[in-house]
Amino acid sequence: MRALVHRVLPSSVLLRHVLAVLAALVVVVLVLETTSQFRNSQFATMSYYAIAAVGLTVLTGLNGQISLGHGALMAVGAYTTALLLADGAVPFPLAMLAATAVTALVGVVVGAAAARLHGPYLAGATLALAVGVPGLAIYFDGLLGGEQGLRVSSPRPPDWLDDALYFLTANDLTGAKYLAYLGWGTLLLVLLLLANLMAGRYGRVWRAVRDDEVAAELAGLRLGRLRVLAFVVSAACAGLAGSVLAMVVRLAAPSGFTIVLSLSLLTAVVVGGLGSLTGALLGSALLVFLPPAVTNVGTSAGLTGVQAAQLAPFVYGVVLVVVMLVAPGGVMGLVRSWRRRGLRQGGSR
Amino acid sequence: MSRPARHRGLVAGALVAIAALVVSSCGAGGRPEDGEGGGGGGASDVGVTADTVKVGAHFPLTGVAAPGYSEIPTGAKAYFEYVNANGGVHGRTIEYVFRDDAYNPTNTSQVTNELVLQDEIFAMVGGLGTPTHSAVLDFLNGEGVPDLFVSSGSLLWDQPEQNPMTFGWQPDYEVEGKIIGQYVKQNMPDAKVGLFLQDDDFGEDGEKGARAYIDDQIVAAERYAPGNTDIGPQIAALQAAGAEVIIGFNVPSYTALSQLTALRLNYKPQWIYSNVGSDPALVGALLSRFSEGKVTDASLIDGAITTEYLPGVEESDDPWTRLWQKVWDAHGGEGKLTNYRIYGMSQAYTFVQALQAAGPEPTREGIVEALERVGGELRGPAFVPYRYSADSHAGLSGVKVVRISGDGTKDLGPVQVTDNGDADITEHTEKHAPPPPDGIPDVQPVG
Amino acid sequence: MQQFLNVTLGGLAQGAIYAAFALALVLIWRATRIINFAQGAMAMFTTYLALVLIESGQSYWTGFAVALAGGLVLGALVERVVMRPVEGGPELNAVIVTLGLFVALQALAAILFGATFQSFPAPFGLRGFTVGGTTIAFTPFSVFVIGSVVVVMLGLVALFRFTDLGLRMRASAFSQEVARLLGVRVGRMLTLGWAFAAVVGSLAGLLIAGGNLVHPAYMDAVIVYGFVAAVLGGLESPAGAVAGGLIIGLALSYVSGYLGSELVTLAALAILVAVLLVRPHGLFSRVAERRV
Repeated sequence: MRALVHRVLPSSVLLRHVLAVLAALVVVVLVLETTSQFRNSQFATMSYYAIAAVGLTVLTGLNGQISLGHGALMAVGAYTTALLLADGAVPFPLAMLAATAVTALVGVVVGAAAARLHGPYLAGATLALAVGVPGLAIYFDGLLGGEQGLRVSSPRPPDWLDDALYFLTANDLTGAKYLAYLGWGTLLLVLLLLANLMAGRYGRVWRAVRDDEVAAELAGLRLGRLRVLAFVVSAACAGLAGSVLAMVVRLAAPSGFTIVLSLSLLTAVVVGGLGSLTGALLGSALLVFLPPAVTNVGTSAGLTGVQAAQLAPFVYGVVLVVVMLVAPGGVMGLVRSWRRRGLRQGGSR
Repeated sequence: MSRPARHRGLVAGALVAIAALVVSSCGAGGRPEDGEGGGGGGASDVGVTADTVKVGAHFPLTGVAAPGYSEIPTGAKAYFEYVNANGGVHGRTIEYVFRDDAYNPTNTSQVTNELVLQDEIFAMVGGLGTPTHSAVLDFLNGEGVPDLFVSSGSLLWDQPEQNPMTFGWQPDYEVEGKIIGQYVKQNMPDAKVGLFLQDDDFGEDGEKGARAYIDDQIVAAERYAPGNTDIGPQIAALQAAGAEVIIGFNVPSYTALSQLTALRLNYKPQWIYSNVGSDPALVGALLSRFSEGKVTDASLIDGAITTEYLPGVEESDDPWTRLWQKVWDAHGGEGKLTNYRIYGMSQAYTFVQALQAAGPEPTREGIVEALERVGGELRGPAFVPYRYSADSHAGLSGVKVVRISGDGTKDLGPVQVTDNGDADITEHTEKHAPPPPDGIPDVQPVG
Repeated sequence: MQQFLNVTLGGLAQGAIYAAFALALVLIWRATRIINFAQGAMAMFTTYLALVLIESGQSYWTGFAVALAGGLVLGALVERVVMRPVEGGPELNAVIVTLGLFVALQALAAILFGATFQSFPAPFGLRGFTVGGTTIAFTPFSVFVIGSVVVVMLGLVALFRFTDLGLRMRASAFSQEVARLLGVRVGRMLTLGWAFAAVVGSLAGLLIAGGNLVHPAYMDAVIVYGFVAAVLGGLESPAGAVAGGLIIGLALSYVSGYLGSELVTLAALAILVAVLLVRPHGLFSRVAERRV
């Protein structure tokens, strides 16, 4: 089986990743074209969670640094986007790039401080970051809109794209679908970049630092710099995610970047399977699709609206606990052990 | 063995992403445009069938903002069920769907997508909160969904040019601030006034209204960040500034906190709370528990001044309160009738009026047009009329100033109405009419 | 001057509450090397138990005792049932389990007790003392709060320093293998550590609730500042937790009173970062600086 995979797929890692992303792109188009507008909007939501989560998995899964503050970094990206898009002079791709760059810069500062901290101390500092940064928006309310936040005019689909897609699929390009395309296009690009990064030299040294700091340092690796770099990559992803969030939600407001957001990202990364991009995707899907599904099950089981709404966080919490007890490696850990067992039983080794 | 596995990571990732997309898209049903939206014969717009009209709303049902606010939709639901049990509106029953946004604008945008695109509601009725609702303002107006009676007194909802589908409902904070300001000016012209403000548009608009009359009397303005429950420093600063009257634009839990903090400091100014924060029944119940314990004086909130625009649960003789009690007893769920539930019922009542005015074949544009044409003439549970017209989507036009006394309130002056900006405050002399005998409005279709 | 005094006293009372919460975190950290994010939710739950009893006509102290006992049972139960399987595994897994518990318990409380504000009585007066004709922001109940925290801290120090049980608990936390070889029943020590911590957490919950409003999410703000206080103090030492709590309580009170309440969260961040950059393991840690 594996031999077959190797024969069919090109040997260059980069090329293989590009092919995989192209294949995924086709599927994304197929799925977005055949699902309802509401599902499209859910996919748009999933895309920004996933962009932030894959970035966090580089930091936490690969480099072993915990962050409870990625929500704050998303806020930086979202506010940058909101400010740049405000007067309509800046095209949105430029705003997304700027949001990524600004957040990466913030990542340098935070990462430099974080590189000195370990375990619970890092957790505490990043937690304080998650709670503190939204306060900036209230303090500088003249510029950042205070509690009410900044409204964002989300980009409208250009006519040529609408025409092209209509030609291909005979479907109109709705606002929700366009944002889903935007989000997933960005996500696939991020995945391509991160997959290459993780397969390459930096992936190896980050893992080395995570697994044994002393050995890595003896081997001549400069730990501080590597840690900061991991933080910067991860922050850039969070900033980009924040930018997509601002355009999908059409608002950047402090109440959108509470500690709940930061903690949700961490749960997504761990429940999916720490260190795995696929796991981060799965975890993000859980964040987006589980709560409304539970609420709807609750409602159709005869609960009142309020009870059904309270059921959703309850089930989410229980799922977190159960997954960690049943599958300590997250969903991807489970998948891997199944695959290993399957191989052993199939005798293909 | 782990190396090739790692290289395959992305391939696997892509496959799982695909699987996630495909699996989760199952059960989505057909696209709404191709759906049976037009079925049922005689239906006139999205969310309207021959025998139903579907409306929706977003509320914080979980999390920090849930206490209190989560009761509003239960009240609205009870009233809609009462109307349905009595034949509905133009033969249609009203289906009411409300979803949880946990007071987080990111969630609001998701649940509003769900309401509009999945549940295919005809209109949004009573979506709650300023930051939350402003996240969906553009979306609702872009999709042409009537966005009626937002549960917030922000000035954002009155922009008919920019947001033609959006209507406010409760008196906005500026109007309330003006009427309170004028009351203080006339009755306590020499008092030093302190402001206790929530640090958002609520406090800001209220301050603007009050300052229009008593700018020279204000000695301090202290703001609290919502969520920060230690307001000792703010109250201590107001005390240090020598404020004899404190006007609070705050939510009910902070009314209780401000009373407890003042108690600790033995600080006894004349408190004036905005309507949002007073709810005498709720605050009284919260504070009475302490008096059972070691705090001696009966009701801390007794003697505080506030404003009213709806008869509350404590005025059990008012014909409107009697109606709400009857509705709640017949169709409510667990719990008692509260002022939050009365708020929800009153909004529901206003929606029924609007739906009647939109005629037997309501359309989204039709209901907006109907509100613009006759909205200013509608009378209901509120003491004052709405300001609805083609040029204004602002809600109720005024309040009356009352003093909290025992379990109820005593009027301190007449019902007053005004508008934003420089508009004068005038007395509203029209008598408050009781509800129709069957408790269901009877508004004639427009046009 | 009076304002300064009142802001200071208010900050001390608030700081004592953060300290109580930080003490509970420190206990669990010392016992199992886990940060318990469910601490606040567990405390909220036991506080509701007390409230239910008090509402049904029992005295405050009955409710108080039952809440502490409930904490003991809940702590032991949580350790045995959901924490045991993830102890010793990847540290993030334990974090996620406690986060899951936090979310689930909070939702459960909303379902069982309702998502409404309720007032919680205080056993002592809520009126400030009068000194020389002016009233200061220090009440009999504040005395009770600060007294309780001091007693708990001294109790913990005594437990760890002077008792056989404390020694065994420390040994289990320091090295499970060695402790086991020495005949310490490590599993039981871990359960005990969680149970004690939950009692202290429940106490913090009751102290915060007293003379205040409770709702299912009322502990959320305390969780963050309590955690910051524990980290500030160094996570290892009960005295550090108390010092961290008081520092945070006082500092935030001054910021809120003189600079504005919107800066409180930023101030907490600034203080923590400043301290950690100088002392990466907190103010009171005796751990040697890591070499890497």
